[in-house]
Order: sequence, then structure tokens, then C-alpha cells
Amino acid sequence: MSTPLLEANNLFCERDERVLFEQLSFTLNAGEILQVEGPNGSGKTTLLRILAGLSTAFEGELSWKGEPMSDVRDDFRASMLYFGHLPGVKATLTAEENLRWYCAVHPLTRIEGVHEALAKVGLRGYEDVPCHSLSAGQNRRVSLARLYFSEAPLWVLDEPFTAIDKRGVAEKEALIAAHAAKGGSVILTTHHELAIRDNVRQLALGGEIPR
Amino acid sequence: MSEPSVDISLTRVFWITLRRDLLLAYRRRNDLISPLMFFLMVATLFPLGVSPEPEFLSQVAAGVVWVAALLATLLSMDSLFRSDFDDGSLEQMLLSPQPLALLVLAKVVAHWTVSGLPLTILAPLLGVMLYLPGEGMSALIFSLLLGTPTLSLIGAIGAALTVGLRKGGVLITLLVLPLYIPVLIFGTGAVQAASTGLPIGGYLAILGAILALGVVLTPLAVAAGLRISVSN
Repeated sequence: MSTPLLEANNLFCERDERVLFEQLSFTLNAGEILQVEGPNGSGKTTLLRILAGLSTAFEGELSWKGEPMSDVRDDFRASMLYFGHLPGVKATLTAEENLRWYCAVHPLTRIEGVHEALAKVGLRGYEDVPCHSLSAGQNRRVSLARLYFSEAPLWVLDEPFTAIDKRGVAEKEALIAAHAAKGGSVILTTHHELAIRDNVRQLALGGEIPR
Repeated sequence: MSEPSVDISLTRVFWITLRRDLLLAYRRRNDLISPLMFFLMVATLFPLGVSPEPEFLSQVAAGVVWVAALLATLLSMDSLFRSDFDDGSLEQMLLSPQPLALLVLAKVVAHWTVSGLPLTILAPLLGVMLYLPGEGMSALIFSLLLGTPTLSLIGAIGAALTVGLRKGGVLITLLVLPLYIPVLIFGTGAVQAASTGLPIGGYLAILGAILALGVVLTPLAVAAGLRISVSN
């Protein structure tokens, strides 16, 4: 059996003396989509922040390609795309400037794909508009445009469909399915019913922790 | 999937981040005025409040200009990481495979270029307004040129530690002011020595040494502080 891409072993996290999850173990293989489910406040975002390496307030072990996370942190960061609650878009920069900076600091991106990506998320003609004059949904689209030019094998997406219209959601789902088909992995949270059927696994948080 | 290769040169990452932050500052240039206005105000109001006598003013000029520059820098520190924290850019910075200390250094250099450097350029004007002896003028410029980057670097540690708090302004002051004192002492010392005709090489050497130490060590502390702030 090949080593899983990402492995979480016996994760434990509490917040304000409330246990969010304990003895949480799972693996993620290349080509798999892991959908983290649970009611509001069940720790989905916390889990994703822990997996992405933003939060260290947890116990347990994470490993990346079979190695402990602390040893391969830089390799992991280079291989991951994180989409969080905050879009990470600077209001005074234009959409294109925002994405170009992202490309500059992330090696696994194709800077020449920025224009095409903006067109694909429906922002053609908005490349040179400062992001503060775009709507909330458009700002999230700017951030989601990264999915089109990123070559990172792992995507960590926290509520990627919030404030995105129906057509946009269908396109993003197709993109996620294509990414998995190419051998990439996705961890995502969403309250929306995923239309993707292949290679999707569910991880339930809150009450029904798998033991 | 191709193997991740961190082949983007670090120098390029530094310049691109520096340019991005300067562009951000330029697009919000109104925000840059308030520390400068504060700097000018202190120097203008001081003679009115204390004494307009030239002999008295020329004695305290070095101290007043330096204290005003220090407080103006402190005033501008809170905004260093605030907007990046609020819009999520900071998370993306932390998750990039580039060394965070390098990105931080680029941000601090950009911050100094739009705060410390204008202060240094304005300082001779304030010196003249406060009857600073002519011999002290070059010492004032050189000491500020070496001292204000150190103030920005040290202030960045405070900004990094308090960025996760809703009201970080007061806490930054408490954290950072004690560390500013050596810079202030050697900065004003240089100007006072020059005004009385003494050599200032020693003072500038110490300011330079503090700066060198700051450039090397503070980005690491700032990076650690940012990881803590974002982790909570």
C-alpha cells in the first residue's frame, strides 16, 4: 500500500474547555476528496486551520507523505493551497496584482495563467479594478481564481462556495473533480450538497466522532 | 504531479514583497501623513509650550526632534500587519514556503521607507525651527538614518505580537518603549556631542551595531510573533 499523502493520527483539540474533537484519525490519499461535515461550531474551520499549519493549538500527530509534519513543513507549504474564510485579497490592489503576488511567493503556480483564471471566474474586464470596488462574492472569486493556475497537489478549502452563485458553484465542483481525477487531493468543508460522487469521503465532526 | 521546487530566488521574493507594500502605501497615501503631521506638530508646539528662547531651544532641540521621531514611528507601527491580518493576506504569507522572516523584513523596509525616511528628511527643518546648532545638523541626520530603521524593526515585534488583539495600540507602546530607550540615548547623544564639537563616530558606531543586530534578529522574532498571533 502506498503511503497516504496526509495522515492525521489521534487529533485532539479543545476550545474554551469544550472538546471539539478527540481521537480523530484519518488519511487522505492522492486523488481523494475529503468532505468535512458537521454543524456550525463543530470545529470544521479549526480542523482545517490545524491541517494547514495555521493553528498549533492541538494534540496528536500529522504526517505528510509518511514523514512527520514538523520535518517537511516547507515541502508541505509549497504543496498546499489554502482557501480560508478571509479571501486574502488586498482591497487597494487590483485582482491581477493580488494574484501576481500570490504567484511570486508560491512556487507551484503558473503566473501566465492569471489572466485566463480571472476570465474563468467571470472577472474578465475587472483585472485592473481595485478589489474594494468589487462585491464580496467577486472578492471570493478573485481568491478562488488561484485554483485555476495553482499546481499544488493538495487543496484545503474552507467553505469555498459561500457567496458564489449557482453557476460558479457548478464550475468549482467540476474543477475540484478534475483536480482529483488528475491525482490531486482536496479537503473541503461545505454545507452545500456536493454533486461530485467519485472519490469523495465524508468526515463527520460534532457528536458522531468515528472511534 | 511535479515535485515542489522552491526555485524562486529569495532576492526576487524580497523585492516583489517590498514593491507590493510600497504600492499599497502609495494607494493609501493619506494614512502616511498623520505620523508626519504629529512629528511637525510636536516641534511646532514645543517652543510655544515651554520657552521660545533660542539658547534654551538649541540645548533641547536634539532631544525634542528625537523623541518626536520616536513617538511618530510608534504611532505608525500598529498598522504594519493590521490590514494583512484583517483581510487574510497574513495567513497566505504564513502558508507560503518562503522564509517568513524575509517577507517580514521586506515589509519593515517598506514601512521604514514611508515613515522613518520622511521623518529623517523632515528633521533638519525641525532642527532649524528649534535653533539646533549648525554643527549638530549632520549628526541629527545620520543618527536618525541609523536609528529610525531600528525603531521600525523593534516596533514590528510589538506589532506582530499584538496584531491578533482588537486594541493593540496601547500594548505595543508598553512592549516596545523600553526597547527604544537605548536608540534614543545614543541618537540624542550623537547630536549633543556634535553640537559641542566632540567626535560622534562612537555613537554612530553603536547605533549601526544595534541596527545590524536588529536586521538579523528582529525578523525572526517578528515571524515567531506572527505565527503565535495567527494561531489563536
